[in-house]
Amino acid sequence: MSKSVIEMPPKGGFSFDLCKRNEMLAKKGVSPPSFRKTGTTIVGLIFQDGVILGADTRATEGPIVCDKNCEKIHYMAPNIYCCGAGTAADTEAVTDMVSSQLQLHRYHTGRESRVVTALTLLKRHLFNYQGYVSAALVLGGVDVTGPHLHTIYPHGSTDTLPFATMGSGSLAAMAVFESKYKEGLTRDEGIKLVTEAICSGIFNDLGSGSNVDICVITKGAKEYLRNHLQPNPRTYTSSKGYSFPKKTEVLLTKITPLKEKVEIIEGGDAMEE
Amino acid sequence: MNFMASKQPENSLLGPESDSQRTLYPYVTGTSVVALKYKDGILMAADMGGSYGSTLRYKNVERMKAIGKHSLLGASGEISDFQEILRYLDELILYDNMWDDGNSLGPKEVHNYLTRVMYNRRNKFNPLWNSLVLGGIKNGQKYLGTVSMIGVNFEDNHVATGFGNHLARPILRQEWHENLSFEDGVRLLEKCMRVLLYRDRSAINKLQIAKITEEGMTISQPYSLKTYWEFSAFENPTQGAVGSW
Repeated sequence: MSKSVIEMPPKGGFSFDLCKRNEMLAKKGVSPPSFRKTGTTIVGLIFQDGVILGADTRATEGPIVCDKNCEKIHYMAPNIYCCGAGTAADTEAVTDMVSSQLQLHRYHTGRESRVVTALTLLKRHLFNYQGYVSAALVLGGVDVTGPHLHTIYPHGSTDTLPFATMGSGSLAAMAVFESKYKEGLTRDEGIKLVTEAICSGIFNDLGSGSNVDICVITKGAKEYLRNHLQPNPRTYTSSKGYSFPKKTEVLLTKITPLKEKVEIIEGGDAMEE
Repeated sequence: MNFMASKQPENSLLGPESDSQRTLYPYVTGTSVVALKYKDGILMAADMGGSYGSTLRYKNVERMKAIGKHSLLGASGEISDFQEILRYLDELILYDNMWDDGNSLGPKEVHNYLTRVMYNRRNKFNPLWNSLVLGGIKNGQKYLGTVSMIGVNFEDNHVATGFGNHLARPILRQEWHENLSFEDGVRLLEKCMRVLLYRDRSAINKLQIAKITEEGMTISQPYSLKTYWEFSAFENPTQGAVGSW
């Protein structure tokens, strides 16, 4: 007995069925849940020895700041890092995915990854999804062919630039770069300029805020300066700390230092292979 | 038979003269204006372009004009509405002069007049499609304010319209300070206008800088800024990524 409905094997590619359903719901007045966007300022610049990437640390959900200190500079390879703006889930997922692909590629070829490899993998993926994967990235790294800096847009187009900014604070940061960038910057000048650009985004754009993260990549070495600058400290903090309400009866006080139970391996970098 | 039925749209609240008289979109537009207070008065910069959509139609539009003895008005947005505002202000200054009482309208007063005009037009759903910058100095008091097409007005030490808000204000917030000299002020304005020239598609490289002090208003001859395109990365951008763009 054959079924009346012929079962077609899945053809692959993106299935747009749910898009029609979303349109129908939107017409009826049901608004879609808002994405957790990073609403960001991310920048990159090429200096004399390599690449410096910078990012702010605010993640927003509509008008609310949902994460005051998130990490927007993602690891791709030991010599390649990527800043992400747009929908947080999309930037995380796409950079994680390409990072794994790069590692497998390194095992296969036995060579250090190249920035153009990451670039091509990312842009092919993003173009394939026609802009629905809302990730705007600043990709930077140093490989055998030299330092490289690229921007990747959600629809899959890329640019190769000496200095770049992305995100809602990109205009404020670009104003700083266009007026102060010059070629052959030293490491300290470069870090100072990137910090200034991110601060310009933090203070002039509402979607960016909190702290400045920096990542310096040079030939053979990289330095991830998490919270390099914290220009927005808490103004008032209670010096008393937390105290239990007076009527609480303390029955037993037992403090177990965790070091006895967990072996801490010093010097291991969590993101290294 | 419905041949004689009225052709008016159902939701018209304005009666017989409904949609034909209201501004719906701008046609010939000017881009940003940037202004700041300095030691002796106000400095204002604007380029001389009038765009018709995405065409650069007019390249000799003066978007800054003196108002009376004490004020300087710069405008971005619809050029014809700017010209209309100049006519209103002409009439205002004329009536003020006719009093012949030794007093003249200062920048604060002109700014207030413009705010009322812009806000009342927006309330009638027929706005003057401009963002105005009004600067001046009277009796030693410097004044710099701005009004938008919906009537938002405020005054500050440095203001900008349009793209200038996103590109020039961050620079000004960092580098402006009290008692800038004339040369420093011009240098700061040129820095802002250069960034706008690089990053605003409707900006052109032909600008004027106007200065207003107690002595009066002077406006420079049109000139162009030096730009730098010689970054080595621009020469062969895809060197490291052959086949990319």
